Amino acid sequence: MATSANEYHHQPNAIDRLGRTVVYAGELLRHPVYTRFLHWMYGIFFFLALLSGFGIYAPWIFRFFTPVFGGGALTRLLHPWFGLAFVFFFGLQCVNWLGVMRWTPDDTAWMKNIQSYVTHKEDMEPANVAFYNAGQKAQFWEIVAGCIAYVITGFIMWFPEIFGRVLVSISYVIHDISALIMLFGIFFHVYLSTFGEPGTIQAMTRGTVSKEWAWTHHPAWYKDMTGRDPYKDMEAERDRLYGGK
Amino acid sequence: MADRKLLQIQQMSAHPGPIAGQGMARVEELCKLIDTTTCIGCKACEVACVEWNDMPFQPTMFDNTYQTMPDTNWNYWNLIKFNESQHSDGSFAWLMRKHQCMHCEDPGCLRACPADGAIVQYANGIVDFQQENCIGCQFCVSGCPFNVPKFNPSTKKVYKCTLCSDRVGAGLEPACIKSCPTGCLHFGTKEDMKFLAEKRATQLRDVSGFKEAGVYDPETIGGTHVIYVLHNINEPEKYGNLPAKPRIPLAFTVWKDIFKPIGLIGAMLGFVGVVMHYVFEGPRRAQPEPPVTRIDPPPAAGKEN
Repeated sequence: MATSANEYHHQPNAIDRLGRTVVYAGELLRHPVYTRFLHWMYGIFFFLALLSGFGIYAPWIFRFFTPVFGGGALTRLLHPWFGLAFVFFFGLQCVNWLGVMRWTPDDTAWMKNIQSYVTHKEDMEPANVAFYNAGQKAQFWEIVAGCIAYVITGFIMWFPEIFGRVLVSISYVIHDISALIMLFGIFFHVYLSTFGEPGTIQAMTRGTVSKEWAWTHHPAWYKDMTGRDPYKDMEAERDRLYGGK
Repeated sequence: MADRKLLQIQQMSAHPGPIAGQGMARVEELCKLIDTTTCIGCKACEVACVEWNDMPFQPTMFDNTYQTMPDTNWNYWNLIKFNESQHSDGSFAWLMRKHQCMHCEDPGCLRACPADGAIVQYANGIVDFQQENCIGCQFCVSGCPFNVPKFNPSTKKVYKCTLCSDRVGAGLEPACIKSCPTGCLHFGTKEDMKFLAEKRATQLRDVSGFKEAGVYDPETIGGTHVIYVLHNINEPEKYGNLPAKPRIPLAFTVWKDIFKPIGLIGAMLGFVGVVMHYVFEGPRRAQPEPPVTRIDPPPAAGKEN
């Protein structure tokens, strides 16, 4: 079955043992300590890299952002290290999530029908949405592509004396485009995990989500976790209440 | 103390506002003229440059030619490039070119620089680095068509020829000009130097048999405030990679000036988009869980990790 391949499997490691996740009644475990640790590590370094990069990005915000990091020279000095730390922790998350982020034909169908997600045409996600929906996977793979672009172009700009002025001037544009796409994406990420879909952020803070949340947003994952087919149960309940059709 | 009028700033890197005193007084554009046909490669200008700017000694290296070092350095702003070249008829030419900052009218370094006020161009045309504002990103190195700015890894700052802005500001000529024994270096207004250069090029063409002699003042970057008289204006590359058509990479012109602001606004539309989504569509709340209608096998997961 396509959905069970999307199940998240994780063997607790040393970082998991540093913390704990309390699953209260009516909740499901969504993200173990390790996932949450990685998420907030690269989350912090993403914003440090973003803000320090902002200072260098445009003249009219140079004086606004560089003092935050101790002046222009220090901003420039720190930016590549922030970026490397971001890529390092995100790389670990890639390994952690490689299974659940695999793209399936269902995801392509979801993407073609993205309008119904945006406009809330249905109350629930389609029955085949498992651990992540296609939008989340698309953002993940965009960040993977972005990280590769960042590292290659970043190293070229970091050591221009090795790579030469032509490569540097090309890298400069690619690095910027990658940053703009990621900046565009981060608004959707933050919005959907907080205001857009209430009850989501606790997955990354406490590590659990309510069962209502799980079956609304990830019905196939809900099925894997609880053994109940939410759509079938809904129909059965409808039949019971209204006598079937 | 330098005369403020002589060093009035007209362009400043990455500076969003107006520049104080800009356009208040008429300032003559200055120019250094280098007549490569009368240069004897004595390196007096190199020594004068190092002496005046109090630079630490730069070790030389021997490569079987008169070239004492391969390129300029952060502490060596002025270097004569010795180039052996052959004419089409088999005869030999020994070309010497004093290499330093060209002080472009449209400076690629200044265009590329992201640090407010790290690179300035004075109204007299001199392009000067202000190291206290330099952030050490080396974008200027990529922006320069002449490979002039040089990075000092220990101070993380970039340095280059100032055209002796400190001397010029005090009404003196640059140190290299003062030291030249053959008079191949001249300093004055751009207009005067252009006139002198064209006169010398005409003389070379008409009297000395250099049919292709001409003045190097590349139009692709709006002209330079250091101009050359060359034996053959069609082959500037023979003088140690002097580009015939120097250009600033599009990344530092079209991308930086036009698409960067558009791109940033485009990315911020993401913020506008999510706010509008909240207003027009509202959040998607969790729906009540379907009631239990069957007794299924006990939950498979939901345990502590």
